[in-house]
Amino acid sequence: MADVTLTIDGQPVTVPAGTTLLKAAAQLGTAIPTICYHEHCTANGLCRMCVVEVEGQRLLQPACLVPAAEGLRVQTRSERVARSRRTIGEMLAASVDLSQAPELQAQLADYGADPERFPEAERRARPVIDDNPMYVRDYAKCILCWRCVQVCAEDAQYTFALSFDGRGYNTQIGTFFEKPLPETACVFCGQCVGVCPTNALKPKREWLLEQGQTPDEIMAQTRSGRRRKRG
Amino acid sequence: MNPADLTAITHREQEARGRHRCRVLCCSSTACLASGGGAAKDGLTRAVKLHGLEKNVQIVNTGCMGLCSLGPMMRLEAQGEPDTLYQRMTADSAHQVVDEQLVPYFQPGHTPTEAESEVGAHDFPHLRASLSQVRLGRGLDEHLLPQDMPFFTRQKKIVLARAGLIDPERIEDYIAHGGYTALAKALTQLTPEQVCAEIQASGLRGRGGAGYPTGLKWNHVRKADGPRKFVIANGDEGDPGAYMDRTLMEADPHSILEGMIIAGYAVGAQHGYLYVRGEYPVAVKRLEKAIRSAYRQGLLGDDIFGTAFSFEVDIRIGAGAFVCGEETALMASVEGQRGTPRMRPPYPAQNGLWNAPTLINNVETYGNITAILNEGAAWFAGIGTEKSKGTKIFALTGKLNHTGLIEVPMGITLREIVFEIGGGIPGGRQFKAAQTGGPSGGCIPAEHLDTPVDYESLKALGSIMGSGGLVVMDDASSMPDVAKFFMEFCVDESCGKCVPCRVGTVQMHRLLEKVTAGQGQAADLQKLENLCRLVQRTSLCGLGQSAPNPVLSTLRYFRHEYDALVANGR
Ligand SMILES: Cc1cc2nc3c(=O)[nH]c(=O)nc-3n(C[C@H](O)[C@H](O)[C@H](O)COP(=O)(O)O)c2cc1C
Ligand code: SF4
Ligand code: FES
Repeated sequence: MADVTLTIDGQPVTVPAGTTLLKAAAQLGTAIPTICYHEHCTANGLCRMCVVEVEGQRLLQPACLVPAAEGLRVQTRSERVARSRRTIGEMLAASVDLSQAPELQAQLADYGADPERFPEAERRARPVIDDNPMYVRDYAKCILCWRCVQVCAEDAQYTFALSFDGRGYNTQIGTFFEKPLPETACVFCGQCVGVCPTNALKPKREWLLEQGQTPDEIMAQTRSGRRRKRG
Repeated sequence: MNPADLTAITHREQEARGRHRCRVLCCSSTACLASGGGAAKDGLTRAVKLHGLEKNVQIVNTGCMGLCSLGPMMRLEAQGEPDTLYQRMTADSAHQVVDEQLVPYFQPGHTPTEAESEVGAHDFPHLRASLSQVRLGRGLDEHLLPQDMPFFTRQKKIVLARAGLIDPERIEDYIAHGGYTALAKALTQLTPEQVCAEIQASGLRGRGGAGYPTGLKWNHVRKADGPRKFVIANGDEGDPGAYMDRTLMEADPHSILEGMIIAGYAVGAQHGYLYVRGEYPVAVKRLEKAIRSAYRQGLLGDDIFGTAFSFEVDIRIGAGAFVCGEETALMASVEGQRGTPRMRPPYPAQNGLWNAPTLINNVETYGNITAILNEGAAWFAGIGTEKSKGTKIFALTGKLNHTGLIEVPMGITLREIVFEIGGGIPGGRQFKAAQTGGPSGGCIPAEHLDTPVDYESLKALGSIMGSGGLVVMDDASSMPDVAKFFMEFCVDESCGKCVPCRVGTVQMHRLLEKVTAGQGQAADLQKLENLCRLVQRTSLCGLGQSAPNPVLSTLRYFRHEYDALVANGR
C-alpha cells in the first residue's frame, strides 16, 4: 500500500496507508494509553481511552481504530484529550474494582484521575464464579474490554464458549444460559485468562493462594478431586 | 406484468368501485384498533347487512387518518356528496350512521327543498336523501368532524397521501391510486444514474434523524464496487412517543416497498431487507402481505416489468432495542449478531451488510421516492425551505387539544404546528416547550416558537429534527424531570459496548435524580455538564453522542429551574 504522511503532535511521520494512529504514534515513540486494545485481538474501539484529537473532526477519535491518512493533524494529549481520559478512568474506577489492574492504575495516576469522583452509581458487585478447576471469573473486576470473548471466538480459538448477558450498565460476560463452564464448549485453553487486563479472570491456583490456602492444601484438593473422579 | 397491466388493474378497481355508491373507510391502524375500532367496524358491518345494503356500501379497512386521539375514526364517501369524517366511533354510533344517513341516502329520488330540510330530517325520513343536508339526531352530530379543521387543512400530504384512503392489504387499491407507476417509469425509462440524479435534484434528505442527502447516499452506493449490494429500510423506530414509521408501514406498505425496489435498481442491489421492530405486529403483517402480493404480481422477483432487473425483499424483525435503529447495530442484528454499533467509517455504503455495499434509509425516506419520480424533482424541491425540502411527518403528542399524526411542509413554524394544527394548549395553560428528536433531541422554548421547522434551524436551537417525535409541554412540566426521563431511557437502551455511554448515562441519570429530588448542589450541576460534554465527544455511536442533548438543551433554556432545585433543596 502507498505511504501517507501525517503530523502527530507537530511531528511529521510517514507510514503505510491503513496503519492506525496508535501505531503511527508508536513509530514516533509517542505512547497513547489503551485499555481494550490488544495486539492480537480485533480492535473494537470501545474503552475510548485512546481517543485523540484529529483536526477538523468534532468528536475525539479512537487511535486504535482510525487509520492514518495523508495530511492528518493529530494531537495525542490536548487539554480535551487529557480531560476525557481522566474522566473515562474515573468512571471505570467508579463502576468496577480496579485494584488488580496495575496498568490501568498507572494510567489513572498519569492523568491525575480521582477514583472517588463519581460516587453516585453503585459499583458492579457480583459474586466470584468458581465453577471449574482451572480458573475463576470475578466479574466485579470486569471492564468489558471484550478481549476474552474475542479470543474465544474468531480471534483465536473458534470455541464460542463465552458471550454476553444483559446490556447497558448490566452487561456481563457469560456463558449461554449461564451454564457452568464445564458444561459449555470451553476447552480450558486459557487464552481468555491470558488477555484479561484486570485479573477478573484468574488461574484457580493463584486465586486459592490469595484466599490464604497453602500450596499443599491446594495440591491435596486436586488429588482428592482426581480420586473422586476415578472412584 | 408490464406497465399496461397497471392501467388494466386501475380500470378494474374503478369499475368495482363504481358499483358501490358508497364506501365507508374504517381506520384500522394500531391506535384506532386499540380504542375500539374493531367493534365499531363490526357494528357497521352488521347494520349494513341488516338493511341489505351490502351491494351498495363497501366497507374498507384503511390505515391512519391522523387524529388518533379522537379515534376510532371513519370516513364516509358517497357519490355526489362531500366526504364525511367521524370521530370516536362505537358499534352504536356506526349503527346510527347506517340508520340515519345511509338508509335515507339510498331511497331514490329525494332531494329536499330548503324549507323541507329546515324541519329536521329525522322527523321525515324521506327527506334525508341528501347527506349534506341531513339533520342528525340522538347525538350523532357529536361524532362528526369538520373537515375544515386546521388540523387537516394546514397539513400537506405527500408521504401520507394515500394513508387512510386505501386498503393497505390490497395491492390493487394501491395500484388504482397510482402505485407502481414510478417503478415502471424508473425501470423502463430511466438509467440508475438518472434515478439517483433525480433524487439528488429533489433535495430529499434522510428522515431517520440525521438528514443526510438521500441522492448523495444512493450515488455512493451505486458507485461502490461489489458483486452484491443490499438495500435496507429502517423501520425500527425506537424513540419514545414516536409512531410515524409504524403508521406509514400500516397505512401504505406498498409505497415503502416501491421506494425500496426503485432504490435497488438505482444502486444496483439485488436484495432488500425491511427491518421492523417486533412491537409492531400489524405493520409486520401488512408488510408481509404487501411483499407476497408484489411477488404474485411480478413486481418483486425476476425480470421486473420485463427488464433484466430482479429484486428480492425480506423482513427482519427486531427485538425492540432502540440501539438497533442505529445503522451498524441494525446490520449486525440482520446478520444474526448481538445488536451493537461499530465504528464508522467505514460507512455502510462502502462496507455494510455482510461487508457488501449497503444502502440504508428510513422508511419515510423511501415513502417520498414515488412522489419524486412521478411529480418530478423540481416539484418536490419547490416545497419547503432552501436546505430542507418536502414534508416531514410528526407524531404530535403531549399537552395539546389535538394530538395525532401530521405531515407538514418543511419550514412551517412551531407556532403553527402547536396552535393551529394542535389546537393550542388545553386547560387554559401556557405553552412551555416543544421537545423534538426524542432522547437525542432537545427542548425548544416559547421564545423560539416562530422558528421554521427545518434541519438547520432546529439544530441551531440545540435540538434536532429527529425522526419526528414532537412532544408539547405546558407550564406545569418540570424541565429537569423531562431531562431525567430521557436520560433514564438512554440508561435502559445503552448497548453497553463503550465506556462513556455505558457508565456515563448511569452517572448522569443519578446526578439528575439527585438534583430533581432537591438533594443536589451547584457542584453536581457542574459535574453533570462536564459529563455531558465527555459523553458527547467520546461515545462510540450516535446514541451516546446525543444522549446528553436533552440535558444540555434544558440547561440552556431552563437553567433557572435547575438552579432553583439546587438552591431550595438544601
Ligand atoms: C441510537 C440510534 C437510533 C436510531 N434509530 C433509528 C430508527 O429507529 N429509524 C431510523 O430510520 N433511523 C434511526 N437511526 C439513524 C440510522 O442510523 C440511519 O442514519 C438512518 O436509518 C439512515 O436513514 P436516512 O438517511 O433515510 O435517515 C438511529 C440512529 C441512532 C444513533
Ligand atoms: S454509545 Fe452507547 S449505544 Fe453506542 S456503542 Fe457506546 S454503549 Fe453502545
Ligand atoms: S484502546 Fe482504543 S478504544 Fe479502547
